[in-house]
Amino acid sequence: MASFDLSLIWTSLPDLFSGLAVTLQLTVLTVIGGIILSVPLGVLRTSPNRFISGPIWAYTYFFRGTPMLIQLFLIYYGLAQFKAVRSSVLWFILRDGYWCCLIAFTLNTAAYTIEIVAGALRNVPLGDIEAARAMGTSPFTILRRIKFPIAMRILFPAYTNEVVFILQSTSLASLVTVMDLTGAARVVIARTFAPYEMFITIGIIYLALTYLTLWGFRGIEGHLYRHLKSRKELVSEAPVLR
Amino acid sequence: MALPAFLDLKGYGHLLIDGALITLSVGVAAMMVALALGILGALARLSNNRLLRAIGSTYATVIRGIPELVLMLLVYYGGTLLLQWLLSLGGGEVRVDINAFMAGTLVVGFVYGAYATEIFRGAFLAVPGGQSEAGQAYGMSNAQVFLRIELPQAWRLAIPGLGNLWLTLLKATSITSVIGLTELARQADLIKAPTHMPFTVFFIACLLYLAMTAVSDVLRIRAERWASSGFRRS
Repeated sequence: MASFDLSLIWTSLPDLFSGLAVTLQLTVLTVIGGIILSVPLGVLRTSPNRFISGPIWAYTYFFRGTPMLIQLFLIYYGLAQFKAVRSSVLWFILRDGYWCCLIAFTLNTAAYTIEIVAGALRNVPLGDIEAARAMGTSPFTILRRIKFPIAMRILFPAYTNEVVFILQSTSLASLVTVMDLTGAARVVIARTFAPYEMFITIGIIYLALTYLTLWGFRGIEGHLYRHLKSRKELVSEAPVLR
Repeated sequence: MALPAFLDLKGYGHLLIDGALITLSVGVAAMMVALALGILGALARLSNNRLLRAIGSTYATVIRGIPELVLMLLVYYGGTLLLQWLLSLGGGEVRVDINAFMAGTLVVGFVYGAYATEIFRGAFLAVPGGQSEAGQAYGMSNAQVFLRIELPQAWRLAIPGLGNLWLTLLKATSITSVIGLTELARQADLIKAPTHMPFTVFFIACLLYLAMTAVSDVLRIRAERWASSGFRRS
């Protein structure tokens, strides 16, 4: 261990790059899945009707109150307990680590994002909504043209942070046989027994991805809202707790 | 101790309770480490010394950019090798087993110390500077100003952030299962096969985590109320 073997890093780069591709793919697909779920559910979460907002609250409470690792295991190992699942046509998907990761990560991020969306919608200034109502705008048009654009601006920093959390959480995929960046590194380590070289290398890669994501989203935010003179809520410089 | 029927799990249920207790112990120990590192990190980031500032901000930014799982594996497997190498310098082959509880506590504490650094930094910055100056004018030493004026007020301001930190940290202790610590997630993983009820086992593990977060939430709200006493508006 005494020596830090740089050539080892060089020779393992092809493995790490294919792992990196899986990590990025998981992140992007989870982000897309999360948005698809959380926008409509986030709107419904603000519903004054408790029979609508209640079940969504229960869902977000469960997924935000338990570790993502257990959620992943619940889906990957847990579903096999049910005969109906094992004999269903979907079994070839549900026994695959990659698909289970996508499902678990999407359900997890959706829970957090629903609360982000709902929180932003609640913070849309009432005066803006009243003005639209006074103009005779329909509720759906108010949602589309007033609430969504303003809520977007409010939730942008928090959502950026969420994307970074998804990126980092995808490392859990390595625990259910997926060859993501962490998984690839662990395979190389099993072959070469060089934990330092590999974990430090992938640590630097994750670090770079984290800050590239943050800077990228900061740039997008600055561009989208350049017409606003006082942009107080900028995307944070480093990840914050979600 | 008799367990309720749904927790029995063919006689394996008590292992989940044991695991939950270890989860709580690691959580509390790691929280202590995180608080200590958070205060030190914040002081470093706010100090006049450039080197200390650089160390503080490097710690806070680098650690938050790397997944906990990767840090956990690096410290555990890398640390074992490092210790083995250091001890073998004295001659002879040495076999080292790092205690999983220690390693888990230190890594989780180290990671969340980076988040705590930001919480405390914000809290220290929010204490009005005039108060520290007033303390100095009374002839207090720097240490006295810190202990009597800055820290007590920063605590109060940090409490909402720290409550959130604790809830996140408690869930994050589940990754100590990958280094073999028999906390709740690991126990659930171990008994999923002998019980033949993986879903039930993991679901009950979830309920135990929820119970811990629910109790923490009540305590958090109390702590926040306590921290804001005397500052409430009439």
